[in-house]
Amino acid sequence: MRITSADLLETIRQEAVKKLSTREESNNSVQETACCLNKGTPHMQILCCGGTGCKASESAKIVENFKECLKAHGVADRVEVIVPGCFGFCEKGPIVKIIPDNTFYTSVRPDDVEEIVSSHIINGEKVERLLYTDPGSGQHISDSKHMNFYRKQLRIALRNCGFIDPENILEYIARDGYKALSTSLTRSSLEVLSDIKASGLRGRGGAGFPTGVKWEIARKFDAPDKYVVCNADEGDPGAFMDRSIMEGDPHSVVEAMMICGYCINANHGLIYIRAEYPLAVHRLQVAIAQAREYGLLGENILGSNFSFDIEIRYGAGAFVCGEETALIHSMEGKRGEPTLKPPFPAESGYFGNPTNVNNVETLANVPVILTKGPAWFSSIGTEKSKGTKVFALAGKINNVGLIEVPMGTTLREIIYDIGGGVKGGKKFKAVQTGGPSGGCLTEKHLDTPIDYENLAAAGSMMGSGGMIVMDEDDCMVSVAKFFLEFTVGESCGKCTPCRIGNKRMLEILERITQGRGTMEDLDKLENLAKVIKDTALCGLGQTSPNPVLSTLSNFREEYEEHVREHVCRAHKCKALLTYSIDPVLCKGCSSCARGCPAEAIFGEVRKPFVINPEKCIRCGMCVSRCKFGAINVI
Amino acid sequence: MSEIKVSCEALRATEEICHKFNNDPGELISILHETQNTLGYLPEPVQRVIARELGIPPQKVYGVVTFYSFFSMAPKGKYPVSVCLGTACYVRGSDKVLEEFKRVLGIEVGETTPDGKFSLDCLRCVGACGLAPVATIGEKVYGRLNPSDIRKIIADFGD
Repeated sequence: MRITSADLLETIRQEAVKKLSTREESNNSVQETACCLNKGTPHMQILCCGGTGCKASESAKIVENFKECLKAHGVADRVEVIVPGCFGFCEKGPIVKIIPDNTFYTSVRPDDVEEIVSSHIINGEKVERLLYTDPGSGQHISDSKHMNFYRKQLRIALRNCGFIDPENILEYIARDGYKALSTSLTRSSLEVLSDIKASGLRGRGGAGFPTGVKWEIARKFDAPDKYVVCNADEGDPGAFMDRSIMEGDPHSVVEAMMICGYCINANHGLIYIRAEYPLAVHRLQVAIAQAREYGLLGENILGSNFSFDIEIRYGAGAFVCGEETALIHSMEGKRGEPTLKPPFPAESGYFGNPTNVNNVETLANVPVILTKGPAWFSSIGTEKSKGTKVFALAGKINNVGLIEVPMGTTLREIIYDIGGGVKGGKKFKAVQTGGPSGGCLTEKHLDTPIDYENLAAAGSMMGSGGMIVMDEDDCMVSVAKFFLEFTVGESCGKCTPCRIGNKRMLEILERITQGRGTMEDLDKLENLAKVIKDTALCGLGQTSPNPVLSTLSNFREEYEEHVREHVCRAHKCKALLTYSIDPVLCKGCSSCARGCPAEAIFGEVRKPFVINPEKCIRCGMCVSRCKFGAINVI
Repeated sequence: MSEIKVSCEALRATEEICHKFNNDPGELISILHETQNTLGYLPEPVQRVIARELGIPPQKVYGVVTFYSFFSMAPKGKYPVSVCLGTACYVRGSDKVLEEFKRVLGIEVGETTPDGKFSLDCLRCVGACGLAPVATIGEKVYGRLNPSDIRKIIADFGD
């Protein structure tokens, strides 16, 4: 069916709203008692997370089991199983939500399905053991709104993730989907553009360039073929914001690209996405096909003169392709090497045509800015950074997951209130933001309100939104080395500072972690880092020394310990460790000797064992096997 | 490049893929993706066929194949093992998991076991950071790994 006018879209929306009303109402109300089919609830819904994290924990099998189980109980016609995108609370996945009572089940296994159906769905008794337990009070919490993880969040870019079925365009339309497009087409493109400018939206891919200004520049260059590109090449290891948006709400990206096209007079859209994201690719393909079928993509959209279509282009695993000029070369079928700007892509991009590149999260904000108004959006956040930011919170933290908070939220609120603090009661050491281009922030930065300016001033950057928490067991020299290994592996090799400079820095770090570093090395490292920052060709190279510089300035004493005392306080740098067995604690069980891959442990059963330091490869296997804590590591 | 023999069918399949994309050099990466999906890898003779079909020098194709980590010039094992070395997995000990895979399989990263059963690679973030450290074998994701789990996981693939 084709939607040929704004009026028809509105009619369809009103119909779709009715279908979604149960879910919408249950989302806004709190019900302590479980609803069930036997006590008068006519229809129920089971939402089973279909994000990549939960799929890795067999959520697809859970969906299958639900369908079979409902059939076996003869209630399949009264209970609908829906697979939305990521709920965000990945630590407790797979997540299953029951509508209309909004019960939020965590860590569900395929075997739990029968019990959920027979106890809850049919008889109205919640399965207590699958409810979230609040670590503070020890109480079960059955509604996500009462969990600390969700309480401080404000979901704008993620507004539909974990709520709608991403493969059903009608559910997107029910939540004001394509309304921003439809209203925009009745206004002049300049007016729409000025709304985006007024909202203060800035690029969420890392650099934070004002989106409205970028569109304004792209608008100035006239050409018969102009391109809107969505940069979905999320290469920052440990970041999965963009993927979750594409998996959970692909239509918001499609709609935003069209609005951008209308503003800058472009008719072609391209999404450059990593081939490593098969589920996101699939959801986008479905969304594009549905939008075409409904006439929302194609010629004369909603009866206007505006035509637009979108194609997908695949990346092939190169971090540098997140840089816009490199990305464009990759889309042209070439090596993804960056080129000097100017000319900017706005003037000469994809095959020489004017091209505007925006990141996924940036685009996901666009439709809602237009439906709720720029003033609403700019009322959220700090003076210069408006709206919210999505972060992928991971590492040594209790609540790993995908979160969205207003700009200006402090790191302490994110790590302790939302994240539930450091895992295993360990001591917080650092939080890494901005991935390989960012830096490590410490205890003293915890109360800094997060925005583009503050993070840059603290020696890190917003980046795309990866946020990795580290504890006392992490060695900051090794962390710097880890990121540099990544950059060296991903450097395209075009410019000398990045290709050779980073390699030299990595060699120095290797020396330090092996106990062969000198104090002179630390100065060399700092000098080299500054030269690379000033002279590298593209964003990847210019920001690659950040992890080294920020750890050097915040954790210099750890570097000095490695160099002067040959000590790694986190026990990470193998070459600096010595393993030995405490003869008093050792019970002579021989478990360590049997597990030792290097056969470096010997002794007689029931007598203390001994490690041969010459043979020991310092793998730590004995530590994980010893039940008596008898292995000493210094 | 080492000498690799490729069947005539494989080369014909490659030609067909090129034709499907109208022999357009701008579609080179899509062509490589589809060819690798079909054949499993991109050996030299296949790259030469693509170059001839698209009317570009073989060096250009080789340059693109070697630039992107997704493309491989060597066949993968029947069960390709990939250990995630994303930051979240790294801080939760993926380096030790990788060491154990190397030891158990007796191969280095990028290699395939002599019986062609397993190949070992690293990847950057599968996005299951809640399950860190993570490894994938084929399509299946293994989460919350401990080095001591690896031997059993590999043993489960013994036919």
